[in-house]
Amino acid sequence: MTVLRLVKGFARFWYAFLIGDDWKIAASVVSVLLVGAVALCAGAAPGGWLAVLLGLLLMAGFGAVLLLDVARRNRR
Amino acid sequence: MGATYGLVVAVFLASVVEAVEALTIVMAMGMTRGWRSAWAGTAAAAVALAAFTAAAGYALATWLPKTALQLTVGALLLVFGLQWLRKAVLRGAGLKPRHDEEAAFAEQTAAARGAGPATRLGLDWFAFTVSLKGVFLEGVEIVFIVITFGTSAHDVPVAAGTAAAAAVCVAVAGFFAHRPLSRVPENTLKYGVGLLLASFGTYWAVAGLGVFTADGTSLAWFGRDWAIPVLIAAWFVVTRLLIRIAPALARRPDRTGPNGIEEAP
Repeated sequence: MTVLRLVKGFARFWYAFLIGDDWKIAASVVSVLLVGAVALCAGAAPGGWLAVLLGLLLMAGFGAVLLLDVARRNRR
Repeated sequence: MGATYGLVVAVFLASVVEAVEALTIVMAMGMTRGWRSAWAGTAAAAVALAAFTAAAGYALATWLPKTALQLTVGALLLVFGLQWLRKAVLRGAGLKPRHDEEAAFAEQTAAARGAGPATRLGLDWFAFTVSLKGVFLEGVEIVFIVITFGTSAHDVPVAAGTAAAAAVCVAVAGFFAHRPLSRVPENTLKYGVGLLLASFGTYWAVAGLGVFTADGTSLAWFGRDWAIPVLIAAWFVVTRLLIRIAPALARRPDRTGPNGIEEAP
């Protein structure tokens, strides 16, 4: 029981530490990086342009998630 | 070279912010329950953090190839940095109260005065455990930044030394001020650190995607390291835009007072 509680506490600490208050931000980062990996493997764009595109997607994803969160809070 | 400058600036600023928060806890315990136990807790946390940094830094640098390391630490830095930026944007937009070191100190001293006496190993156990926990938790954030920045820039010793220097500066300032360092512009520093973490995270995570190519080389940004200041500027513009848009989207009158604390409607 004590071990289980320790494991749960450990997992909860790292979740709060890395994922934080809004899991959607982490999800958007992982999604963009997955898209980047697929695009890179498919040779969809030259490296430099792909890097720029992914950077823009990361910023757009963060903005969208944050504004969605603000709008949703207001509805509560 | 750019990465090394960024490493020193980001680690120093992040360490100052976290050290100021840790100092507030240690001071509250020291002033109300006794300095010996508060310092013992701080020392125990420092030893644990040093061991954690050495073990995790060695493991990451040894086991992962360069591009996989860039992808891993870049993604972690990005996710971690975007949390800081999210809070900075919400604070800047008046949708979240600003961090107030005086209020944190008052809360900690009240808790310390209210706790009953308990002595173990010759130490005031409350002061020891609260100091240990406070310094360790604030320190883990510094360690995380030291390891991720240090391994990506191949300079863990510089990162660790910078963090230690920042902690010493804060401790000395606290010793002379003999009160929490509430005049340190923590909210602004946190915003700046968030920008650096997100920018370096973006740079390294995208570069690390090269691990999926046949030759496994890093994905190159235009201008290489010069892309980093451009990314910092871009993240700055994005967050300034969000700070302007978010209050309008919240569709409510701004009830935030001049010091950022939300007032009663």
